[in-house]
Amino acid sequence: MSVELPFPVVDSPSPTAKPPVRGSVHSWDLSVGVDGPGTRFVMFTAGCPLRCLYCENPDTWTAAGGRSMALSEVMERVHRYEPVLKTSGGGVTISGGEPLVQPRFTAAFLRECHRSGLHTALDTSGYLGAHASDTLLDDVDLVLLDIKSYQPDLYRHVTGHEIAPTLRFAERLAARSTPVWIRFVLVPGLTDAPENVEGLADFVAGLPNVERVDVLGYHRLGVPKYGALGITYPLTGTPEPTQAQLEAARRRFRDRGLTVT
Amino acid sequence: MVVISTEREAWQGFAGSRWREGVDVQDFILRNVTAYSGDETFLSGPTTRTVTLHEQVSRLVEVERERGILDVDVTTPSTITSHAPGYLDREAELIVGLQTDQPLKRAIMPRGGLRLVETGLAAYGYALDPAVREIFTKHRKTHNDGVFDAYTPQILAARKAGIVTGLPDAYGRGRIIGDYRRVALYGVDRLIEVKRAEKVTLDASHSDEATIRDREELAEQIRSLGELVEMAAGYGYDVRRPAANAREAIQWTYFAYLGATKEQNGAAMSLGRTSTFLDIFLQRDLSEGRLSEEQAQELIDDLVLKLRIIRFLRTPEYDALFSGDPTWVTESIGGISADGRSLVTRTSFRFLQTLYNLGPAPEPNLTVLWSPRLPEPFKRFCARVSIDTSSIQYVSDELLRPRFGDDTGIACCVSATQIGKSMQFFGARANLAKALLYAINGGRDEISGVQVGPAMEPLRGDVLDHDEVMERFDQVMDWLAETYVDALNVIHYMHDKYAYERLQMALHDYPVRRTLACGIAGLSVAVDSLSAIRAARVYPIRDETGLVVDYRIEGEFPTYGNGEPVADDLAAQLVHTFMRKLSSCRTYRKAEPTQSVLTITSNVVYGKHTGNTPDGRRAGEPFAPGANPMNGRDTHGLMASALSVATIDYDDALDGISLTASTVPAALGRTREDRIGNLVGALDGFIDARGFHLNVNVLDRATLLDAMDHPEKYPNLTIRVSGYAVNFVRLTPEQQRDVVNRTFHGSV
Repeated sequence: MSVELPFPVVDSPSPTAKPPVRGSVHSWDLSVGVDGPGTRFVMFTAGCPLRCLYCENPDTWTAAGGRSMALSEVMERVHRYEPVLKTSGGGVTISGGEPLVQPRFTAAFLRECHRSGLHTALDTSGYLGAHASDTLLDDVDLVLLDIKSYQPDLYRHVTGHEIAPTLRFAERLAARSTPVWIRFVLVPGLTDAPENVEGLADFVAGLPNVERVDVLGYHRLGVPKYGALGITYPLTGTPEPTQAQLEAARRRFRDRGLTVT
Repeated sequence: MVVISTEREAWQGFAGSRWREGVDVQDFILRNVTAYSGDETFLSGPTTRTVTLHEQVSRLVEVERERGILDVDVTTPSTITSHAPGYLDREAELIVGLQTDQPLKRAIMPRGGLRLVETGLAAYGYALDPAVREIFTKHRKTHNDGVFDAYTPQILAARKAGIVTGLPDAYGRGRIIGDYRRVALYGVDRLIEVKRAEKVTLDASHSDEATIRDREELAEQIRSLGELVEMAAGYGYDVRRPAANAREAIQWTYFAYLGATKEQNGAAMSLGRTSTFLDIFLQRDLSEGRLSEEQAQELIDDLVLKLRIIRFLRTPEYDALFSGDPTWVTESIGGISADGRSLVTRTSFRFLQTLYNLGPAPEPNLTVLWSPRLPEPFKRFCARVSIDTSSIQYVSDELLRPRFGDDTGIACCVSATQIGKSMQFFGARANLAKALLYAINGGRDEISGVQVGPAMEPLRGDVLDHDEVMERFDQVMDWLAETYVDALNVIHYMHDKYAYERLQMALHDYPVRRTLACGIAGLSVAVDSLSAIRAARVYPIRDETGLVVDYRIEGEFPTYGNGEPVADDLAAQLVHTFMRKLSSCRTYRKAEPTQSVLTITSNVVYGKHTGNTPDGRRAGEPFAPGANPMNGRDTHGLMASALSVATIDYDDALDGISLTASTVPAALGRTREDRIGNLVGALDGFIDARGFHLNVNVLDRATLLDAMDHPEKYPNLTIRVSGYAVNFVRLTPEQQRDVVNRTFHGSV
């Protein structure tokens, strides 16, 4: 396939020999049940092309927000937790930021984890899906695909970028039969218009590889980070969705035969 | 012989022979257990009878909560036979027996200490009968009096400063579990016969102090068994013979436990490991068509209802230290046998089901002995109950079984006990965070300035030097271990002398294995402080007398609870080091020293008595509970925190390592089914990683905040604190704040 790169690759390999793989890492967590199945080692990479209005992690927007780490350093930590990740039916999730800003690092991380027999998940907006080589995707057991909106204008408004690459990536994953969990953040007054949600639901319903859809409620827990970074928070005054609003959105997905959580 | 024929009848249908010849409940269980590997769908809800009885108890408990205590008998020092039979509702009760003649009416037990009785009574507006005071001041000495006759000035100073604290020197030591099942399986006549035979073995021994004491103790044990028969007869039951059916088995077991609680106001009065034992009797009745599932559940519900109203007269200060009105009626459930079979039975489920049938509650302290090898449906049911009620705790069966065997129960919170074979001398805990401050201050107390610890040259210089601090800390720990064990030796000598647990010890083998259960508090504060001293620059701030009263920290340092080997290893090393020091101390009755890393809620009080620490914690701020990382410093999620705690070697803390984790429901998964599966996986992973104990709270912080403001809306809100569950609305406001401020894992 033709590889279109809409965003510079930060960690493109140097032409000379093979230096140790390094990546910009924001932080890590052991989470349970929210970043894929079971207990998971979640690595948050730094750097993201999107500027989502409701972003809860503005501290991961630039690669400078992270710490340069050698893959071996990261893997040392993964191996420490490997038994627990396996026993609990979990694995690793690479998240961000946007992991595909650093495709070489991401690919190497996923490869190493897969080689250890760990279940792997890639948490991405899909915007840089073209950065993901088929080899990289061979090492992904699950993609958490965060589709920020469906209507092209709205997508551009929410993220500052085009939706097309994300949809292309979703279709590519479908063609490969890579399991996908769709994530969609419901923001009242921003992403909750019925036609936006229904458009997304129709699109997702056409993807046979989607195992479940997570409709997540917008929350304001990231607001203090904006203050700390000296950035104006763009959604001042936006309320968190009510249970009824969330349920209405979930119903639109469920009505199309999708498993919604 | 009559006994033989009643045994034949009572044991009909049971297999095995070894347990018939000698007292061996463990063998009886292993020969007769019917493991259950199905799910919870067979369970019954509460019957109308149960609901009515439960409502009646709830009303009494509500009045008790308003008044502090419902009633107390101020004239009758409690013994096994001191009080006439009491009932909740004689017609409706299936299992009978109360500590006094009225439900929730408390008894006085002055042999542990008269002062505690008097202050306890005064706090609730009662006065002790003068005749009782006269007896226990003029004619009969108490445990408390004995201890203070023999304490050294050094012990008193350490106790006053709060570097050793919570000592059971004014009340019953508790943490002893009688093998209450023996009464059901064998009947008291047989047990007396065995005890007499044990005593005969001492007839030929030279009458030295140890032998005389043993003979006297065995005589007391035999006497107490006779009193148990008398007490049960008052309720119309003949416990001289073995229990003939399930209802009797539950009743006999409960009578034995009840007898213990009539005589001992122990710090923790745990039940043991009864559910699978009782299941054998229930199973026999069920298979013979003598009992339905609904009736089986009803019997367990009735037993648990009784266990929930066990009460002791204690002072408000004691309750403030340990939260609510704790009794630690711990029941251990599940586990795997030494030969690899599951010990999960239908009655394991039935005990957990009481949390639905009777609502969530702190007592009995339901403790699941977890192994990844337990049947999957049982594991899922446990996780479900945890998510719904936050009322159960988990202890590693994988760590217990190889060390203590497959008939191990938990005493109190996390202390392993081989049922009927071992007992512990409970020893509260030493404050390691304060010990570190003594090292910095040359043995002077950082709050009072008094020289309490060993006098050493105070540390000079602008920056604390890690090696220098460690060397001093080591010396302070030597002194602390010795002073601490000295205090415990005095306490347990006097407890044996003045407040011996006759009935509980009658339900043990002779001779018994004894451990001296020491403990430590302030682990995470000490560890983070040492980490700061090593990795950052810590500048001591001195007052005009040269006493270091505060610290200025420059730079970053790794903290315990985040999977940072440098900090986590410090914790493991510190626990190891202090254990080594305890092991070199000489102990009363040659008890084997062990230690726990457990505070229950006393972490609040210990913190209050400890000055500023080099990790940045302010004076008076609570410690983290048990082995928990410091509140708010474990930032990589519940599992990372738990796995850091799991790096502490259980062999360095065989009395238990306690971890309490709180999480919001959403942080376990999106759906209920996911949450159940994920919690099972997390528990498997934690136990597999050699984690020992995990308390799981699945709650929203908002719920707790609301409960602080509107306690009336949450009468049954139960949360786990280290090793124990409490009723949240019964905590002091200070403890409530502490719980709310603990790390809650996950956001939304």
